[in-house]
Amino acid sequence: MTPELGQLALILALLLALAQGVLPIVGAWRGNGALMAVARPAAAGQAVFVALAFGLLVWAFVHFDFSVQYVADNSNLALPWYYRIAAVWGAHEGSLLLWIFILNLWTVALAAFSRQLPEVFAARVLGVLGLVAVGFLAFIIFTSNPFGRLLPMPADGGDLNPVLQDPGMTFHPPVLYMGYVGFSVAFAFSIAGLLGGELEQAWVRWARPWTNVAWAFLSGGIVAGSWWAYAELGWGGWWFWDPVENASFMPWLVGAALIHAQAVTEKRGSLRAWTILLSIFAFSLSLLGTFLVRSGVLTSVHAFASDPRRGLFILCFLAVVVGGSLLLYALRAPKVAGGKPFRVVSRETAILVSNLMFTVAAAMVLLGTLFPLVGDALHLGKVSVGPPYFGFLFPLLMLPVVLLLPFGPFLRWGKSDAAPLKSVLLRVAIAATACAIVAAFLVDGQLKAIAGVAAAVWCAVGTLLYVYKRWREVPRGRRYPAEMAGMLLAHFGVGVFLVGVLLSESLSVTRDVRMAPGETQTIGSYQFRFDGVHASRGPNWHAEQGVVTVTRDGKPVAVMHPQKRTYLRGQVQTESAIDPGITRDLYVALGEPMDPAKLEGAWALRLYHKPFVRWIWAGGLFMMLGGFASAADRRFRVRRAAAAAQIEPVAGESRA
Amino acid sequence: MNPTRKRRLTIVVSVLAAAAVAIGLTVFALQQNMNYLFTPSQVQSGEASAYKTFRLGGMVKAGSIQRASDSLKVTFTVIDAGGAMPVEYTGILPDLFRDNQSVIATGHMDNARFIATEVLAKHDETYMPKELKDAMAKAHEGKKVDGAAAQDNKPGAPQP
Repeated sequence: MTPELGQLALILALLLALAQGVLPIVGAWRGNGALMAVARPAAAGQAVFVALAFGLLVWAFVHFDFSVQYVADNSNLALPWYYRIAAVWGAHEGSLLLWIFILNLWTVALAAFSRQLPEVFAARVLGVLGLVAVGFLAFIIFTSNPFGRLLPMPADGGDLNPVLQDPGMTFHPPVLYMGYVGFSVAFAFSIAGLLGGELEQAWVRWARPWTNVAWAFLSGGIVAGSWWAYAELGWGGWWFWDPVENASFMPWLVGAALIHAQAVTEKRGSLRAWTILLSIFAFSLSLLGTFLVRSGVLTSVHAFASDPRRGLFILCFLAVVVGGSLLLYALRAPKVAGGKPFRVVSRETAILVSNLMFTVAAAMVLLGTLFPLVGDALHLGKVSVGPPYFGFLFPLLMLPVVLLLPFGPFLRWGKSDAAPLKSVLLRVAIAATACAIVAAFLVDGQLKAIAGVAAAVWCAVGTLLYVYKRWREVPRGRRYPAEMAGMLLAHFGVGVFLVGVLLSESLSVTRDVRMAPGETQTIGSYQFRFDGVHASRGPNWHAEQGVVTVTRDGKPVAVMHPQKRTYLRGQVQTESAIDPGITRDLYVALGEPMDPAKLEGAWALRLYHKPFVRWIWAGGLFMMLGGFASAADRRFRVRRAAAAAQIEPVAGESRA
Repeated sequence: MNPTRKRRLTIVVSVLAAAAVAIGLTVFALQQNMNYLFTPSQVQSGEASAYKTFRLGGMVKAGSIQRASDSLKVTFTVIDAGGAMPVEYTGILPDLFRDNQSVIATGHMDNARFIATEVLAKHDETYMPKELKDAMAKAHEGKKVDGAAAQDNKPGAPQP
């Protein structure tokens, strides 16, 4: 009975979404206050019904209701309860339900904290969000119903894909979706601005924390995904330029551009049209990302079997959203343009350059990701674009951003003097060169590692110089408002990230080896001794567990237990063993037995020494913190004391 | 020319120059890194001869997996409905690599043998990558693509 209730709840939510999407926009157009007033109650009602549907699906998983096809496909009696809950978003249908649920959380938060906005504008914003919800709910109801029945009911279900049975996976999709969906607020804002033909700076100020929070969540989601890939999927890689990784990375890049462009628009009024365009792109790419992951049009580690109806719906939905908003943009953008002029040496220029690079980088990633589809359409054959394409172009495009980064905070709005910039340039250049020279001796002249040290020092010292300048020049208590602290944290994070990427990429040592019990391999200054495998068992798997003892100069460092797990339905999954450290990770993965009949014999093992790999995620976390911190700025809160503080609890709720 | 126009001209020229460089680099990088997918029968009919590095897709022939006794070298045969191609690989094979599994290997030809640098097996054994299915269907238009390929269409197959 309950699954039908869930289905009914979704249909009611769709009707309410229609009301929320159409009536307030008509009301705003006609100046009808009663119609505009529909927006908030409709949004609240829709949220209640979607929450109900989501809750019912969770309930079905928790109570093993295998009469629901989706539950039967993705869980079984032996699956622990926490993975049964994570299984809700473990496949296509449920993850779309999660998406719409999170959209509702954002909408309700927006409805609650938009009282200071002019009623007409708020009605348009909520209306646009309602229309987005209509698209998603229709998609779920007509093509991807999570409540479909499976009769007769099987005694036990299938299994949640073993790669998803990892703590990283429980966080990754909800956090990532918080980011994707969060960009819908900036999008709704821009569309509402275009519909009304004006975009006041005060409204942009109001929108900024939402975008920052969305971007911060997206950063967190990408970090979680990268970590998960490292530990679960990739045999020690942290980024593969896989279509699905790219799908989350493109909105992140455009989002990074957007939060900077919004700052310009809010403070100076300029780049309005550009800000609007970026928010349209950010949200469109989020949609594309959601669908790329779930539709299976591209071959990827995440690809799901596809259904042509879904693909068609997705294509139409994307066409309406992207095409419609770009058309509106073309018609209305000239109306909202304006703002103060700026000179070549100014903060606006620096931001514009970095914006350009971020956007071009996103376009480059988009081209590489969709190229197989293009190639297919043009009958070029089955083509894929290899990671070196991205690995070659991306650093090249980001180089100007990294070079400009230390100067950004020092530049003034509108027009800046060159003199203070020269002193900054001199100091960061000396610091970077000095550290690069020292590093050159330590890393055996590895160019990439030296460049990594120099670039990281360049960013970090540049950021710290500004911290010092504020410390010296500004009285206590006003030195680091949250907005600035966030910016500094994120910029510092770029430096940390660069250390991680370039040092781990250049100095890592990987070895795939064949080891018989008792044999030792030396990697760097570590000795790895293989002590054989024994059987191990978990709630829904059994495994061959290897024992690898690591020593350094005869002193014990770690005993590692990599596993080769076999899950209930026969799926095999490698669980790597990782000995984490600030300056290095040791990583051992168990390959296969050399002779399947002789498990106590030799095995294939992959051994890794990865210096500074953790700094990659630390850098990402710094950026995430930066996003959250700047959203908490009091300046955004002045006219809505309670609002900004409430954003965080909303986030916590959806993760729970 | 007044200063505003001059400035605009500078901006337009530099944007055009940057765009030209960007497009040039992108095309270069794309050309270097495009990998085509072929099935064994397509390779044997010479379709892949123009490419140094390409991807070979098909099924692992049952019983063809042979390990060396002293290293990680492994040889196996990738087949489609009309062809077979011996593959040599040194390293650790993916978890789902086994007989009758659909795989995609990246590498190059060395005489009549494919030397793989990377071997991928999809993580869901009921799922064959769409592009591989298409390529195999194309290679044997009219012929029946064998069992595992059809599994993809099986209704209610568990999805990851």
